[in-house]
Amino acid sequence: MFVFFCPHCGENREEEEFGYGGEAFIPRPATPETLNDDAWGDYLFMRKNPKGWHWEMWSHNTGCRKFFVVKRNTATNAIAGSWTLSDGRKAYDAEGGAT
Amino acid sequence: MTSFRVRRPGARIDFEKPLSFSFDGQPYSGFAGDTLASALLANDVRMLARSFKYGRPRGIVGSGPEEPNALMQIEAGAHTIPNLKATQVELYDGLIARRTTGYPTLEFDLKSIGGLFSRFMPAGFYYKTFQNQKLWPKFEHIIRQAAGYGSAPAEPDPETYDHSHRHTQVLVVGGGASGLLAALAAGRAGLKVVVVDEQKECGGWLLSSPHSIIGGKTADAWLKAVLGELQSMPNVEVLTRTSAFALHNMNLVLAVEQLQDHLPLGARSAHRPRQRLHRIRAENVVLATGAIERPLVFGNNDLPGIMTASALTTYLNRYGVAAGKRVLLHTSNDHVYQGACDLVRAGCEVVLADARARVNPAWEKRARAAGVDLRLGYGIAYARGGRAVSGAQLVKLDAERNAVTGKGPSIDCDALGSSGGLSPTVHLYCHDGGRPHWDDEKLAFVVPATGRAKSRIYCVGAVTGEFGLQQALEQTQRTIGDLLASLGKPAGTTSATDVHTDEPASVPPRRIFRIPDGMREGHGKKAFVDFQNDVSAADIHLAVRENYRSIEHIKRYTALGFGTDQGKLSNVNGFAIAADARGISIPEVGTTTYRPAYSPVTFGTLAGLHADETFEPRRYSAMHACHVARGAEFEPVGQWLRPWYFPLPGEDMHAAVRRECLAARRGVGIMDASTLGKIDLRGKDVREFLGRVYANDWAKLAPGKCRYGLMLDENGMVMDDGVTACITDDHFVMTTTTGGAARVFSWLEKWHQTEWPDLDVYMTSVTDHWATAAIVGPKSRQTLAKVCSDIDLSPSAFKFMDWRDGTVAGVPARVFRISFSGELAFEVNVDANYGHHVWEALMDAGREFGITPYGTETMHVLRAEKGFIIVGQDTDGSMTPLDLDMAWAVSMKKPFSFIGKRSFARSDTAGPNRKQLVGLLTEDPEIVLAEGAQIIERTDIAPPVPMLGHVTSSYYSPELDRSIALAVVRDGINRRSDEGRKTGRDVLYAHAGGKAHKVRLVSPVFIDPKGERQNV
Repeated sequence: MFVFFCPHCGENREEEEFGYGGEAFIPRPATPETLNDDAWGDYLFMRKNPKGWHWEMWSHNTGCRKFFVVKRNTATNAIAGSWTLSDGRKAYDAEGGAT
Repeated sequence: MTSFRVRRPGARIDFEKPLSFSFDGQPYSGFAGDTLASALLANDVRMLARSFKYGRPRGIVGSGPEEPNALMQIEAGAHTIPNLKATQVELYDGLIARRTTGYPTLEFDLKSIGGLFSRFMPAGFYYKTFQNQKLWPKFEHIIRQAAGYGSAPAEPDPETYDHSHRHTQVLVVGGGASGLLAALAAGRAGLKVVVVDEQKECGGWLLSSPHSIIGGKTADAWLKAVLGELQSMPNVEVLTRTSAFALHNMNLVLAVEQLQDHLPLGARSAHRPRQRLHRIRAENVVLATGAIERPLVFGNNDLPGIMTASALTTYLNRYGVAAGKRVLLHTSNDHVYQGACDLVRAGCEVVLADARARVNPAWEKRARAAGVDLRLGYGIAYARGGRAVSGAQLVKLDAERNAVTGKGPSIDCDALGSSGGLSPTVHLYCHDGGRPHWDDEKLAFVVPATGRAKSRIYCVGAVTGEFGLQQALEQTQRTIGDLLASLGKPAGTTSATDVHTDEPASVPPRRIFRIPDGMREGHGKKAFVDFQNDVSAADIHLAVRENYRSIEHIKRYTALGFGTDQGKLSNVNGFAIAADARGISIPEVGTTTYRPAYSPVTFGTLAGLHADETFEPRRYSAMHACHVARGAEFEPVGQWLRPWYFPLPGEDMHAAVRRECLAARRGVGIMDASTLGKIDLRGKDVREFLGRVYANDWAKLAPGKCRYGLMLDENGMVMDDGVTACITDDHFVMTTTTGGAARVFSWLEKWHQTEWPDLDVYMTSVTDHWATAAIVGPKSRQTLAKVCSDIDLSPSAFKFMDWRDGTVAGVPARVFRISFSGELAFEVNVDANYGHHVWEALMDAGREFGITPYGTETMHVLRAEKGFIIVGQDTDGSMTPLDLDMAWAVSMKKPFSFIGKRSFARSDTAGPNRKQLVGLLTEDPEIVLAEGAQIIERTDIAPPVPMLGHVTSSYYSPELDRSIALAVVRDGINRRSDEGRKTGRDVLYAHAGGKAHKVRLVSPVFIDPKGERQNV
């Protein structure tokens, strides 16, 4: 069971207050109609699923109901930190967009 | 009589307090302080069980959670608990225990006849015999009964359980010498400390070795002093009878505290829980979980009277029971020597066979001085005996290789204890992904002495392989010093003299697990590795011969380490024998995976108060009492309890639903629609937002109007539906399905927060704020008119799909003219606090028209007659709006590419032969098809028959006086078209329960296809 720091509430809280939001930073294509089926399929279905560091979203369901970003190691369950969506994006980009 | 009571100094038995109990119907007596096992042993009850596969007599082997044999059914009726280990059951007056094995009786076990089964039950017996799965059902009952194990109670559990959430700076798991020293050091440093220990009192092995001297005190005095000091510290809490059974991510430790199990049934308080689950979140975890002694593996090592050497010593020193007069001990290490001396002092004759030719001189001197008959360089080839051990045949062992070099003496004994070394209790350390490593000198899988500092998990004492008391305490002192230093606390809160003991330094054990008997494996007497699952050394060799390699596979093939003891005695021996059989090292074999729970936990404790009525919140509408008063039958819909139907006296469900349906179609009906999800949306961009999350267009929906919407996921599949009303240009109210409310709300929030935070939209869930009554039927307007004077209800002023603000029954109301039945209908929404009042007012108003309350069943019939879908019943996440023939609810012209739109063009979504929603009429109008019935084209071919779809909704329609059904069928819309009818493609079969019924595919709208009735 994780303990997450909610960047909106500013507190460490138990996992049962949160819901998983999937891999972070998969923007919806601005003009879906211009994508071919493969590219659209990638957006819909393809995920990194790494063994190691993973940027993912969680939502503080029974707290502030805000989504935020967590960098978690899927192999060790270590957590590097949590950020608001916009701050997380900056941290993610600073790493080159992927690890 | 072989066992006898001894009054040992320091024993935890109160000889002034005798207790009576029964085992298998026979009365016995014991004393306060006994466990069921020690009391049975003191009464000389040797055979307590029959073994799993071979029905061999079995007795007590251990003294704690490692016990594999003595599984008991405790108490009877609703209080009964199966498979408790007698070694962990504290004796109380009047305790009733029964065997869990032995069929038909303990004395006569069917499986044991002449070893009848043993030849036929090698490793993998069940896999080999029941590969033909048709045989298994025939034999399962007999096999299960013969195999034994206890029975679960049939009645509801009369006891309660609760959960406690704790947060602490230091959690110490294990209250033995090392754990207590760790707690003392941390407590003196001012840290908040919790200590948990699974036994009724702290002390661990010290309770079994009262002669140990620590810091100049006897073990007993040391314990008293340390516990006294801990008790005096307000920052330290010690929980006994509390077993930590799981260590999860981020130092969440689960522990179960037994609050009442040790009390006679009559003395238990109804106001206290039986057990409590502690969920302990610890900044630092200190694992002082100790070690468990494993036995040596030799022929007939499962005879009653053969135990681990430490169990023999524990029964003697802690419980005042000598297990026999003539005791044979067998060891490969130093740990049994003190016990051997203690047994002699208690009046036993003791022979100690050490597999080592050269032993620790300090211990040799002490043992010989005490009068122990030492035989060095010997092993036990096999034990002798029938229902109890009567002796053993020794063999001379080679000093280096594990081989027999000559015959040894035959020794008579009535109790036998063996020690193959200590196995650290590494379980908790490994639950969180940690792995133990093999220490070839200590012959044990140990955890690192440094623990996992990064996770703030520290390990102290025997679990790290420090088996000597003094070394263990010194290691504890160092480790806790590091912990304290890392927190900026002074490290030296305990001193070196605190941990000084008089124990001789130990010498390495001999690397021997299976004692050789001079024969090829499998040809001598059976030598058991795992008693509970009847796994012998030969079984492991067989598994290796049959090419099982991974220890995880060998475990599953032989059942090594399964069961209630989870291999606490057997695993390391099993790994070692597998290593020898494969000719590789033990670390190369590795260990199986340690998973929670460390020892069995009852479901009641895990559930705590989340059971029965408090399992899940139950939601009731504001009108619930109205329905109860009218005798409604209810059904759960999600968390809601909704009226199902309203039977009149003498009516069954069929009759009630028929009456309710006809009232709604011909007069007026009323339904509680409060449970629909309602989301209040405000902001200048709500209209745009709706256009993105719904398939249809919202640009032109004017204030005062409502619209039905289909919500899709990004795959283009329908995920929810409902009506949304435009209140003002920047204020809308959305309704969702009852079950989908929370999911839809989260879905909307996710899109708003992650993709479109720039949109000015504020969402509030208002499901519970409103109470809703739907008035349905040709006479609904007249009914409403009687209690509503400020809304013009005329057809020209208040059109279908309009909504109006007004007053109903004197209460401010929002009235929607929408219909889920195809009839003229009004949905009256009021503040939930007025729900009851408004329902009753509407009932009064409709009395003259015969107003009839109806429930969900009638609602389903009415909507199915009109072909209105229920998302989740007629759809399953694979249906597009086009599959549902609902293209009218999709606007492809909206400028924004709404959620799901792009996926319509994917090859599969746009392809032919998709399953599509159709109506079904059975050839025989009386037959109501089973929902889920498969649709097939032909009945004259052998299976597998291609399945074209299935029935999603099926009812008897009172209005049509025949059955109707909705189904999803491949190419269904073409099949039911004029073209399809001409070629006969519309005739298919619905197959369920072994019968196929001829059906015709039709439009899903069975009644009023032009929609005239709702527009009057």
